[in-house]
Formats: sequence, C-alpha cells, structure tokens
Amino acid sequence: MKNKWLAAPYVVWMAIFVVAPLILVVVFAFTGQDGSVTLDNFSNMGTYVPAFWHSFGLAIAATLICILIGYPLAYFLSREKLMVRKVAMMLIMLPMWMNFLLRTYAWMSILDDNGLINQFLSSIGFFNVWNAIFGTNIQFFHMINTQGAIVLGMVYNFLPFMVLPIFSVIDKIDPKVIEAAQDLGASSSMVFRKVIFPLSLPGVLSGVTMVFIPSVSTFALSRLLGGGKTLLLGDLIEMQFLGNAYNPHLGSAIALVMMVIVLVMMAIMNRFGEGEEGVAVL
Amino acid sequence: MKKSLALLTTSALSLSLVLAGCGGDATGEAKDPGTADKGVVNVYNWGVYIDESVLEDFEAETGIKVNYDTFESNESMYGVLKNDGASYDVVIPSDYMISRMIEEDMLEPLNFDNIPNFADIDPALKNPDYDPENQYSVPYMWGLLGVIYNTSMVDETPTSWDIMFDEDYAGQILMFNNSRDAIGVALKQLGYSYNTTDEAQIKEAVDLLIQQKPLVQSYVMDEIFEKMQSGSAAIGAYYYGDYLTMAEVNPDLAFCLPEEGTNLYVDAMCIPKSAENKENAEIFINYMCSTAAGLKNCEEIWYSSPLLSVREELDPEVSGDPYAYPDESILANCESFKNLPAETLALYDSEWTRLMLASN
Amino acid sequence: MKNHRIPSRVFTILVYLFLYAPIVLLIVFSFNATKSNRVWGGFSLDWYVELFHNSRLLGALRTTIILSVLAAFIATLLGTAAAIGFYSMRRRARTICLSVNNIPLTNADIITGVSMMLLFVFAIGVFNDSFLSDLLGVRWRTGFGTLLIAHITFNAPYVILSVMPKLRQLDPNVYEAAQDLGASGLYAFRKVILPEIMPGVLNGLIIAFTMSIDDFVISYFTKGSGVTTLAVEIYTAVKKPVTPEINALSTLMFIFVFVLLLTVNIRQARQETASARRKAKLNPGQ
Repeated sequence: MKNKWLAAPYVVWMAIFVVAPLILVVVFAFTGQDGSVTLDNFSNMGTYVPAFWHSFGLAIAATLICILIGYPLAYFLSREKLMVRKVAMMLIMLPMWMNFLLRTYAWMSILDDNGLINQFLSSIGFFNVWNAIFGTNIQFFHMINTQGAIVLGMVYNFLPFMVLPIFSVIDKIDPKVIEAAQDLGASSSMVFRKVIFPLSLPGVLSGVTMVFIPSVSTFALSRLLGGGKTLLLGDLIEMQFLGNAYNPHLGSAIALVMMVIVLVMMAIMNRFGEGEEGVAVL
Repeated sequence: MKKSLALLTTSALSLSLVLAGCGGDATGEAKDPGTADKGVVNVYNWGVYIDESVLEDFEAETGIKVNYDTFESNESMYGVLKNDGASYDVVIPSDYMISRMIEEDMLEPLNFDNIPNFADIDPALKNPDYDPENQYSVPYMWGLLGVIYNTSMVDETPTSWDIMFDEDYAGQILMFNNSRDAIGVALKQLGYSYNTTDEAQIKEAVDLLIQQKPLVQSYVMDEIFEKMQSGSAAIGAYYYGDYLTMAEVNPDLAFCLPEEGTNLYVDAMCIPKSAENKENAEIFINYMCSTAAGLKNCEEIWYSSPLLSVREELDPEVSGDPYAYPDESILANCESFKNLPAETLALYDSEWTRLMLASN
Repeated sequence: MKNHRIPSRVFTILVYLFLYAPIVLLIVFSFNATKSNRVWGGFSLDWYVELFHNSRLLGALRTTIILSVLAAFIATLLGTAAAIGFYSMRRRARTICLSVNNIPLTNADIITGVSMMLLFVFAIGVFNDSFLSDLLGVRWRTGFGTLLIAHITFNAPYVILSVMPKLRQLDPNVYEAAQDLGASGLYAFRKVILPEIMPGVLNGLIIAFTMSIDDFVISYFTKGSGVTTLAVEIYTAVKKPVTPEINALSTLMFIFVFVLLLTVNIRQARQETASARRKAKLNPGQ
C-alpha cells in the first residue's frame, strides 16, 4: 500500500488554499491601496501598540486562568471511573454544539447591571448587607462591559481546549508507573510532582496553544462583553476587511505581525517541552 | 463509533431534507409553479429596517426569491461591496455614502421606466444633493437623529447634546459604534459642521470623544434596542424611528432633539455596478415604493416614509408627529452628511482608531 | 480516601456549573412568554412555533447542515487518502507535508479567514476579467462554493491527524501477506487496511462535522452574498433586539446532540468495561 500519489490531490489543495492565501497576505501587507510596494503599512504599526498590548495581555490572563481551572479538573476527572470519565469528557465537548456567540450572549444577561446575578443578589438582600458592612451605596456589581468580562468570555469559550489535551495525556499515564513510584516510597504529593506533572506537561503545552491562539485573535467578544470599548487585534483586523475602515493592506500587515509574534512565542514555549501534535477527541 | 456516526449523518441528512421541504413551502414556490423561478434578488439593507413579511409578500407576488442580508453601518457595507466577490442587487446606504459611491463609480444608473411608483415620492426628496440628477437612487426612509433617554433614570429634561457628555451619567451612556455618526455628535456639541474638512476641528471632536470614553457604557449600533428597552442604559443617541419602536416596549423612554442641531438623513435604494439581477432589482425597488409595502414597513420600523400615499394612509397621530414629519422650523436646524474628500475620510479612519484604542 | 474526594468533586461540579449556566439560561428563556432574556414572563411554546415560520433561520440551518455534511465527507475522503499518501512518503517529504497540514490548525481562525477571503476575491477578480468568464457567460461570486472550499480546507487537517496514528499502528506485513495470498491491491486495502484505520477515519469525520457546525469566523469572511450559515446569522442577530426563536432552535439542536452523544458514550463505556473485565478474567496475571 505504498502509494504516495494518494496524497497528490490534497497536496495540490493545500498549495492553493493554504499556502497561496498566506502568500497573498504577505503581498497585501507590503503593498499600498494603489498597488505599489511600500512599507507604510508597517511604519504606522506603532499606533496600534495598545491593541497588541490589550490582546496579548487579556489572552495571557485567560490562558493562565484556563490552566488553573483546567489542570485540576482534568486531573480530578482522570481519577474517576471509566463511565464517569467518558460522560464527563462528553459534557466538556457538548457546549460546542451551542453556538459560542449565543452562549456569550447569554453571559450578557447574566453579568448585566440588572442581569441575573445582580437580580439574585439584590433579591436576597445582599447589597444591603454589603453596604452596611463597607459603608458603600451600591445597587449592583458592575461586571459587564469591562476587560474582566472579556477575559471571562475567553475562559468560558476556550476552557474545553485546555481540559481535553491535559486529560488525554494524564489518562494515558501507565498506572504501573505510579504504582512503581508508590512502591518506592513516594508520597501522593511526590507522585504528583515527580511523575504525573512532568508527564502531563505536553498536554499543558498543547492546551496553552489551543487556548492562547483563539484568545489573542478573538473578535466579537470585545464587542459583546466589553462594550466595544477595548479594541482587540481581531476587531482591528476585521475592521480593515469588513468593518468600519476598509483597508485590506493594513489589515494584512497587522495580521502578519500578529502571526509572527504568536509563532515566536509558540516556538519559545515549545522549546521547554515537546508539544504534542494532538487533536481534541470527541 | 460507527453506529453513532451513521446515526449522526442520517439524522442530519434527513433533517436537512425535511427543512428543504419547509423552505420550499415558505417561499410559496411549491404552491404556484406559474410564478416560480423568476430568479433571485440579493438585497443588502440595514439591520432592523424592514417588516420582513413584506419580503414574503414580494416573493408571493412576483415569484422572485429574495436573499436578504443586513449590515450595521454605511462603512461596513462599503467594505463588503469593495470586495469584488460579493454581489448585491439592491443596497440601501445613506445619503453621504451614496454620493461617495457615485463618485467612485460603484452604482448603476436606474431605469425609472421600471419604477413607476417613483412618482409617489415626496418631491422635496427628489433630486437631492447626494444624487442631484436623481439617476442612481430612490429614497427608502428618512428621519432625524436625537438623544433617547430613560425618564426613570434621568431626572432633568435634556435639550442638548450636553447630556451625552454628562459625568452624572457615567457608565449609562451609549455611543455610536461608527466613525461618521460618533464624530458627528462631538462636532455638533462643539458647534461645528458635520461636513467640516478642517483637520483641527475633527481632532478636537475626537479629543472630546476620548474624554467621553470613560463615561460610555458601550459603543453600539442596533444593540441599543436591547439596552435601552431593558433599562441597562439611560442615554443613547439614535434615530427617531427606532426610538418609537423602543418606546413601544419601554414607555419610560423619551426623545430629545438637541438644540445645537442634528442630522437629517435619507437612506435610499441603489443598484451596485456588480449587480447581476438588475431587472429584478428594479422590480424590487418599485415594490418597496408601493403603498402597501411602504405602509407595512412604516408601521413596523416607524421611520419617516418618503411616499406621499403612505403618509395619507397613516394614523394622523403618526403623520402629524412633528419629529417624524418635521416642519421647516425644525428642518432649518438640521444638517445632512455630505461625502468628504479622500484625505478627510482617511483622517476619520485614523482618528476613529485613535478613539477606539484610547484607554477607558 | 473517599473524604479526600469531596473538595475535588465540589470543584468539578462548580466548573461544570460555570460551563452550563449560560446554556441552561438559554434553554429556560426559550420557553419564556415574553421576548426578554432577563425577566421571566411565564411559560410558553410560542418561540418554537415562531421558529418553524422563520424561513430565514431555517434556511440558515439548512445551509449549515448541508455545508457541514458535505465538507466533512469531502474532507474525510481527501484527508484519508492524503494520510495514506503521507505515510508512504519519505521522511523529509512527510515532515514538510505535515507542517503545511498543521498551518490551518495552529493559525488563528481570523488569519485563515481573511487569507482565504483575499484569495477568493483575487481569484474571482482574475476569472471575471478573463475571456473565460465571457466565453462561458458566467460570473463567479463568493457564496456556497467558497464557503465549502474554506470548510474542507480547515476540516481536512483534523482528519489527517486522526488517521495518521492509526496508520502508524499498522503492521505493514499484514497488507503484504494479504497480497501474497492473492488479494489485489484494492481488495487488500479494503479488507485489511481500511478496517484497521476506520476508527480514526470516523473520528476525523465527526470532528470535521463538529468543527464545521461550530465555525463562525472563517465562514464570516468567506461566505459572500446571498448565503448565510447559522453561526453568521446568530452573529447578526445578537446585535439586534432579542430573537428568542434562536434560543428555541439552539435548544432543539443541543438536546438532539446531547441525547445522541449520551446514549453512544454510555453504551461504549459499558462495552469497554465489559471487555476489560473479560480480558482481566482471561489474563489474571495482568
């Protein structure tokens, strides 16, 4: 069954629909609206530093929170019975079947100043107690239209991509390795630190990639949860292609710079460990 | 795994077949084969800007299938049309955008022989500044811009744009999420013209907007409906017709026409150069100018109709509404957007980005 | 030992609450008598009735399902063939191919989206200005075709990544043995290779289908005029006054998939537990 020609159609497909589009992005980034070769698109990049700053900052925060929540969750689940594990993993994937914009939209009604959380808190008289203790005069917690809400949206949407790879790596650890460590006298915390954690690192690394990249390039989230007050890279790029300021050349340049920064970050990170080329499995 | 897959795909396929059946019925094609297959018309309109049953009426009457898409600002519509790939047969931009598209040769002249209902258009709206010889456009709706506020949250009775910049309402103000309208609000607040090309004035306006940014709850377009209706926000600048729609849901809302002057706009139907169904497009435009369609739309979105017959048919309370059908004294204080020179447009883009990037 | 588990169980339950709170909210409010997503106005099925009169939403759903099924199947064919091809390649060629294959996976969706949009716009411009367009009398436009190409492009890598490991596990001698016994190449492939890699192929197909259904960003940039998918339609809709029909539709889809996956997973887990027990009985040493 040595037939490498079977790959030919897909190789052609990739050349046309994967490689050529990226070349076009580079071409657009280095040309102006009139078609001449120029570096103008890059010389103004300084203006957009705040967007880079916000995007990378919020995405890093979201990724860290995803690790903090996702790792323990994956670890706890891996110790459950087979049936529980199966169902739990299915339940992690299931929210993907409800459109992410819609779920994000639901967060708006939860977090709003007169949303469900605040309605609930005020119905149990929470704010009276709060105001009495802290001497404040608040009627609600302001949560929506903040950068915190954007981070929440990222964590919410991309958490499954952190849990799945970590879980599948921990799940594959041979129980004999753990038993061996225990037989050699390791305490359970030592087993975790010396055996499980190092072995699970590849899962963490691919989880980080799978959370960070969509977070840093997200668009619409800022609009929905951040009130459109924090311009993120995704929004900035969208603005140049289909939004308020039509300039695909500038958009391509910004996309290119973002791509290069992300690639460099990923390369640095992967030097600390072998990133596993794993896919989320249903 | 195999079985789950078989289940998944067969059920997906059967579901799509069922839906295929539904869709056919809904457009009326199945019922009347005589009018079927008259082609399609691709329409690109503002969001929340039509009574969608009008589209069904149109399909039933003409047998032409309508593909209806919406945009949320003139600028985003312009971006989509600039991409060669998309093809719309009817677009409904505002005045200043129409004149920009005429200048850039993006519009097709209309054949008015196919649009007899044009006769019903208010003569005052014919041969407008944005299309002086009235070759390219047929008015769809028009109206005034103003400040919508919630009387249960705002104690005073605002009379000017000041309220949009009032620190007492920090976190409760909604601002436009598009450059021309947002900068326009600031220009009027400063007493300048909407159509100034003076770089210093435009920058001053954006500086004002940057000062205002910490007070702004969010930058919105049609999200304003939900936020004003539910009482999430107290103040927002939007269109009078939409105010009437919102007030149906939340009677606490009120409207103010700022004394510094405001925007009078006309949105008109045009056919882009890239249109592929020009005849259907003209049939569609003509249909939208019929009294029945105009009346239905008007009673759904409450914008001011350019059709004389519609105005007669409307409830006198509506047609007598001074803000819906304003008289000379109000109109004298209004200004329309005009297309700006290329340098100014570029300045708007970069200044808008500056505002969006400013810290909260 | 059991007591140790209580904090971890509480934590797990809290995370699942976080994941499902908005979903529960949408499902509950799809039965709301009023249009609001915040205030409960009594139980009603109105939005489910409305949904079946909303030809626009149903049209978008239909497009999405047809698109996802087509894209998943084509990507699976293309990807499985490619995986076998890659497997047969020399090491260096395979590494290059796999790295290119990884691009759509690791690249941000928005970059995949805008880059394909640039390609489509460029190709369409060239085609429509060429004599071919006049000769054939057609003008090419973005629409379902470009959408399908984009979906196949981002689906195929998932298929390849789920088929490759199965190929690596293959014993190359089995195929040769089959041929030695007189099976033709195709027959041997069908009878020996295919059953072995089938779980990977099916897994790839399901992932591809899920990715297609869920995709918003790439569709948004490549859809063009006159066609819309559910995700794009929802994006337009969430910026407008609430349309509870969308809640109703999502509830139906969600429950459909939930029941399907739950039955399949439980049955599978039962089978695996049973076979593990059987194995344990057969090999008490392990």
